[in-house]
Amino acid sequence: MSAAGVAESLLALSQQEELEDLPKDYPLNPSEDEEDIDGERKHQKLLEAISSLDGNNRWKLAERSEASLKVSEFNVTSEGLGEKLVLSDLLGPVKTSSSLAAVKKQLNRVKSKKTVELPLNKEEVERIHREVAFNKTSQALSKWDPIVVKNRQAEQLVFPLKKEQSAFAPIEHVLSSWKARTPLEQEVFNLLHKNKQPVTDPLLTPVEKASLKAMSLEEAKMRRAELQRARALQSYYEARARREKKIKSKKYRKVLKKGKAKKALKEFEKLQKENPTAALEELEKIEKARMMERMSLKHQNSGKWAKSKAIMAKYDLKARQAMQEQLARHKELTQKLQAASESEEEEGDVEEEGELLVPDAVNEIQMDADGPNPWMLRNHSSGTKEARIQDPEQLPEPVAHETPESEEEERPGAEEEILLNEFEERRSLRKKAELNQDTEPVSRQEPKDSSSQEVLSELRALSQKLNKENQSGKQKVSSARTVRVVQRKDPTEEEEEPLLLHRPERAQTVEDLEELGKEGCFQNKEVPRSVLEGQQLERNPNNHPGAPKEKKKKEQMIDLQNFLTTKSPSVKSLAVPMTIEELEDEEERDQKRMIKEAFAGDDVIRDFLKEKREAVEASKPKDVDLTLPGWGEWGGVGLKPSAKKRRRFLIKTPEGPPRKDKNLPNVIINEKRNVHAAAHQVRVLPYPFTHHQQFERTIQTPIGPTWNTQRAFQNLTMPKVVTKPGHIIKPIKAEDVGYRSSSRSDLSVVQRNPKQLTVRHKNQLKKNSID
Amino acid sequence: MKVKMLSRNPDNYVRETKLDLQRVPRNYDPTLHPFEVPREYVRALNATKLERVFAKPFLASLDGHRDGVNCLAKHPKSLATVLSGACDGEVRIWNLTKRKCIRTIQAHEGFVRGICTRFCGTSFFTVGDDKTVKQWKMDGPGYGEEEEPLHTILGKTVYTGIDHHWKEAVFATCGQQVDIWDEQRTSPICSMTWGFDSISSVKFNPIETFLLGSCASDRNIVLYDMRQATPLKKVILDMRTNTICWNPMEAFIFTAANEDYNLYTFDMRALDTPVMVHMDHVSAVLDVDYSPTGKEFVSASFDKSIRIFPVDKSRSREVYHTKRMQHVICVKWTSDSKYIMCGSDEMNIRLWKANASEKLGVLTSREKAAKDYNQKLKEKFQHHPHIKRIARHRHLPKSIYSQIQEQRIMREARRRKEVNRLKHSKPGSVSIVSEKKKHIVAVVK
Repeated sequence: MSAAGVAESLLALSQQEELEDLPKDYPLNPSEDEEDIDGERKHQKLLEAISSLDGNNRWKLAERSEASLKVSEFNVTSEGLGEKLVLSDLLGPVKTSSSLAAVKKQLNRVKSKKTVELPLNKEEVERIHREVAFNKTSQALSKWDPIVVKNRQAEQLVFPLKKEQSAFAPIEHVLSSWKARTPLEQEVFNLLHKNKQPVTDPLLTPVEKASLKAMSLEEAKMRRAELQRARALQSYYEARARREKKIKSKKYRKVLKKGKAKKALKEFEKLQKENPTAALEELEKIEKARMMERMSLKHQNSGKWAKSKAIMAKYDLKARQAMQEQLARHKELTQKLQAASESEEEEGDVEEEGELLVPDAVNEIQMDADGPNPWMLRNHSSGTKEARIQDPEQLPEPVAHETPESEEEERPGAEEEILLNEFEERRSLRKKAELNQDTEPVSRQEPKDSSSQEVLSELRALSQKLNKENQSGKQKVSSARTVRVVQRKDPTEEEEEPLLLHRPERAQTVEDLEELGKEGCFQNKEVPRSVLEGQQLERNPNNHPGAPKEKKKKEQMIDLQNFLTTKSPSVKSLAVPMTIEELEDEEERDQKRMIKEAFAGDDVIRDFLKEKREAVEASKPKDVDLTLPGWGEWGGVGLKPSAKKRRRFLIKTPEGPPRKDKNLPNVIINEKRNVHAAAHQVRVLPYPFTHHQQFERTIQTPIGPTWNTQRAFQNLTMPKVVTKPGHIIKPIKAEDVGYRSSSRSDLSVVQRNPKQLTVRHKNQLKKNSID
Repeated sequence: MKVKMLSRNPDNYVRETKLDLQRVPRNYDPTLHPFEVPREYVRALNATKLERVFAKPFLASLDGHRDGVNCLAKHPKSLATVLSGACDGEVRIWNLTKRKCIRTIQAHEGFVRGICTRFCGTSFFTVGDDKTVKQWKMDGPGYGEEEEPLHTILGKTVYTGIDHHWKEAVFATCGQQVDIWDEQRTSPICSMTWGFDSISSVKFNPIETFLLGSCASDRNIVLYDMRQATPLKKVILDMRTNTICWNPMEAFIFTAANEDYNLYTFDMRALDTPVMVHMDHVSAVLDVDYSPTGKEFVSASFDKSIRIFPVDKSRSREVYHTKRMQHVICVKWTSDSKYIMCGSDEMNIRLWKANASEKLGVLTSREKAAKDYNQKLKEKFQHHPHIKRIARHRHLPKSIYSQIQEQRIMREARRRKEVNRLKHSKPGSVSIVSEKKKHIVAVVK
């Protein structure tokens, strides 16, 4: 190619560049620098063109290896490489044109937002995922902690955990599948259907349902309340009747009967006034009853019982009284009914009261005579009897007579109200009589005096005072008596002494007993039975004064003290029991003799003592003798080292600690460690125990049935894990222990693609993991 | 005169029925029954001796396989049914009461790597070396029908283990990754992976059923959450873990059977320290299974024995072995917690009592009371040296016995060395690492 051609092309190129440059420069006000750069570039090109002219004339293409500084129009210029493109630069020129307002707004909005950070690399994201998931899972799992702990510490676990409920279907379900097949069944079915009896749902018939619906709520409530009231009343009456029926007291029955009779009489009188005809009928009835009584042999002392009583009547006051009573009854029943005056009635009452009184006394005497249970009361009765004989007159007599009254006054009135007043009267009467004649038996037929309240109150005061005196007297007597009692006791103890070795000594001094005696009231509480008996005795005026009570009490006190160690002292003053006791004593002696004979050869006790002495000797530390015969003096046969030398070389070992069995006479405690036993002993404290005492305690409590009751044994030997043979044990379930199971389905989340997490979510994850 | 009779309440001495025992009034006065402790001690001693006398745990051997038994599975609904897969691809279903094989299936070519039953007990799944997962019906084919799987899934890689979800129609396989499959689909609904090594076993948590545990041959145990489809945590031990088993009563506890002769019980919330290290085996532990009561587990080992460990003890309470039993590859505790099955190399499945001296069958109430009493006595006096010695005594095969001695010497030497190092180095420069921490290399989040 010629040089002219080259020049042409160059020109054309430059022109083109200029042309290209124009539109670019025009709107932008190119800076001075850029013009310079352009100029330089042109200059460069020109130089190149020239150089190519003179060298080999080959057209050399401009080499473009990369986006270089040289390229401008068609390529991205790399000027301002390190600089950041700022949005405001772009926005600047937009200001002028109003058509670009929307774009501008958008860009402004963009400007206010911050730039997005680079996404984390995959590994890190996964790690964060894992951590979050792990935390979640461990939280979910820790809900099992209490259950696991509970199961680990449980005394007993029974598997399978979930109890299979026995499946029983309600009757309706069973019946629904049932159908009538046989003709008989069908017939029954039809019948039932006719009555609209429920077959499948046997709860309520339609009628019942209708009635239920018909009754309103208030009505139902009222009715219910009514029913309740009625039921309560009924039950109350029933209970009362039952209670009354149970009462066994004869007296009560009598009173009741009399009350009824009175009532009947009253009613009769009323009837007489109101309705004479009815009264007449009643009268007839009564007359008829009288006739019947007259006809019969009842109450005429002709029955079996009466005959037996007749035999006894000669000797027994009671029998006589009973017979008289019967006759009186007969008389009463056969008497013609008259309209009696009030005074007469009263008199009759008094008489009857007297009659009533007698059996009471009789009963009491009886109780004293042979007692309710001879076995139970042996000690006391023997005591009392003895006392009766020994000192019949110790206390002033009035006490014996006054006490019953005071007691009766204090007795709570459990009787019917009707007779309360009568009782009062009666009491006052009796008291008067007793005051007048001390020792004589009370005569029932005493003419009635005007019983004033004054006398009664006086009497009460008197009786209280006497009671107090009585108590103080008791104390005095007790202190006086103790000495003798102890004396009497001693011989028996001495008898037994050689038989038992080393019995612990009991405090039986006079002072001790006195001390105990002082606590009179306390005793009273402690020995209620004895007191009661004493009272019973006192009630009997003829027999004895109240003194024996104290005596007996004291004896019992002594008994209590020596109950465990010594035999209770046999009572010798009484004739009959003594012989028996003597017999017993003989038997015992016999037995002892036999035992002695049988074990004559081996004296176990002496052997034991000897053994113990030997053990003690053996365990004593021994002195060390270091004397050498012949050392420092002559030695030989028959020569002994001198005492001085022996003393000098004898090393005395110090006394060891006192033996553990020093004060235990019948025990040998071997303090040396036994090798044979050690083989069976635990050397190191086992793991769960923290102190050896704990361990020892667990070992020492026996668990066998020999030492425990059946129930305790079962509890102690309860196995830790119980499984039923043939039952499949399923893994524990959340529902079993009352938790909600963790999710509806474990799969529900898996289906979702975990990779589609938003950037925000990821950021959150990251934050979580950092936390 | 009234005579009062002695009266007794007939309730105190009259039997209700003829069959009742006569009521014997007892006096529990302790003075009448002295020497409680010595007497009970003697009773305990006798009970311990009798326990050893009656310890005859081996019940039956089920033979029929023509290659080593590689995997076992329990039937979820029937106690008498057991499934086993052998190394020649054969699957057998056994009836334990008859002690007979009731069905044989040639399931795979090559090993049957894993077998598991569906929770309802109607079908079971097997995976084999032929890269397939097959679902089979539990009932045999009818007359004239061919033995065919319900479904077959052809995979790209070999599956080494399988486990079924406890509630849903989902199962998990492991191989190069852990795949979770819907029963109805031929592709996994999700696969989870962490690292690139073959995973030897995968197990669903029986309580929190969305949890999975797997162990890979790069010495790690990985836990997965199925709901979030991510792994949770990874713990790397000294040596490879062969398999893991979840405690069926404690949701977060699992035990790993390791190649370093030990088993490790982990709380999955704190993987950096195992709760307990169970050591007694003298060779690699190949399989482990929990008792359904969650109080004990059984482990099968390469040392030709199986051992029973209480969960909270580091030493085994029992070891079972027979002369003919070779390396035990798989072991299962039956779901009534009474028996143990183990499959071993020499083609047999053996049935053992879980409690060696237990009397089988129905016990009378008196027998039961005596048993309970004896058990309590043994517990009470278990620390006494004589009783302890008798209770602990087990006869072991010579190989195991000598191995134990050898390993004891080795352990002693190591300990001595450690103590010496501690003694002769600057205080604080050497620290003693506890046995529990020693075997944990790292926990990866």
